Amino acid sequence: MTTVSMTVNGRTVSGQCEDRTLLVQFIRENLGLTGTHVGCDTSQCGACVVHVDGKAVKSCTMLAAQANGSEVMTIEGLASGGDLHPVQAAFREHHGLQCGFCTPGMIMSAVDMINRYGGQLDEKTVRAELEGNICRCTGYHNIVKAILDAASKMGDGARVAAE
Amino acid sequence: MYATNYHRASSVEDAVNLVSTSDEARFLSGGQTLLPTMKQRLAAPSDLVDLRHVAAMKGISVSDGSIRIGAATTHAEVAGSSEIAKACPGLAHLAAHIGDPHVRHMGTIGGSIANNDPAADYPAGLMALNATIVTNTRSISADDFFTGMFETALDDGELVVAVEITAPAKCGYAKFPNPASRYAMTGVFVAKHGDGSVRVAVTGAGSDGVFRHQAMEQALAQNFSAEALSGVAVDDSDLMADIHASSAYRANLVKVMAKRAVTAAG
Repeated sequence: MTTVSMTVNGRTVSGQCEDRTLLVQFIRENLGLTGTHVGCDTSQCGACVVHVDGKAVKSCTMLAAQANGSEVMTIEGLASGGDLHPVQAAFREHHGLQCGFCTPGMIMSAVDMINRYGGQLDEKTVRAELEGNICRCTGYHNIVKAILDAASKMGDGARVAAE
Repeated sequence: MYATNYHRASSVEDAVNLVSTSDEARFLSGGQTLLPTMKQRLAAPSDLVDLRHVAAMKGISVSDGSIRIGAATTHAEVAGSSEIAKACPGLAHLAAHIGDPHVRHMGTIGGSIANNDPAADYPAGLMALNATIVTNTRSISADDFFTGMFETALDDGELVVAVEITAPAKCGYAKFPNPASRYAMTGVFVAKHGDGSVRVAVTGAGSDGVFRHQAMEQALAQNFSAEALSGVAVDDSDLMADIHASSAYRANLVKVMAKRAVTAAG
């Protein structure tokens, strides 16, 4: 057993876990943050995507011990108070989910790609960037629409803030 | 996953010392292959030595055409490096198409080449670029480093520290990804070097891992164009055959990807 400490959604947390404990297990079972899902458990589906030190990673393919000392953001950390994050709002607006199982990972991936590309996203890029996220319901079309809409709105917001 | 003991190395020496404490210890770089393998209980190292915090193994430097990439540099960092894009655009393109964005945020060049998966992208790039693999004890040419499927020249406990490349005159990479796994069913990296020589390396197709294709190299050294490859025969006798593609299909892919790589190189 080892003691792991990290900042999760702005809150400093620590807990005891085995060295082999996956980050996703630590998040779900030690911290009770069950918004991060385990889908395939073989590093393919992306339901477990969280941000570690600002980068989207598959939390089923990282040990909790590897994230010791890191800043982690999960789906629970996106909304501010009662206001949905623009990507969450866009997924609701564009019906970017059906069963919802892949949605936390989709949204964390979407936020990461918008962070990296800013307003430069186009449909082809979004579809390529979603390579590591599998959805079995939607056919992806509304997910892509939601991400493009959120990217354009967040781009506008950034410009307004700059002016 | 079987139980293991996690250690975080602070330096190259620290990492090598930590791994030497047990016969069953393994280096853990990005973990994008090792951790899934451990989860399937196909690997059960007693100890894992995390390399992600070894400063000397991180980062990219380019000066006067000499490129050095630390072994713990991620695929995303190579793909996003403006210096690599300028000095060796084929390598940036290669790194940008490994796995998916999340895997690229974690997976590293050193981890990829030390694993030497027969369908991994980097082995083809480094062999075509005539790279030098720098370890904690020596320097090894890429030709000598990749010795077979999942096999390298690394001794037990030897650690890849960096990769060194002389920027080529031009280079390109093209791969045909498996539609499901996205691993290269065939990937070809073509590099024309400053002395006029050409190296062509193929991944995903060889039954013993990455290999160079001498006939293509000779054809391209005389005429660096896709058409120059039309008359080159690709022997399928040493190529992989599986449910995804026969060896004859892969032989054709080798030629098609090589042509695309030459076109990409410009």
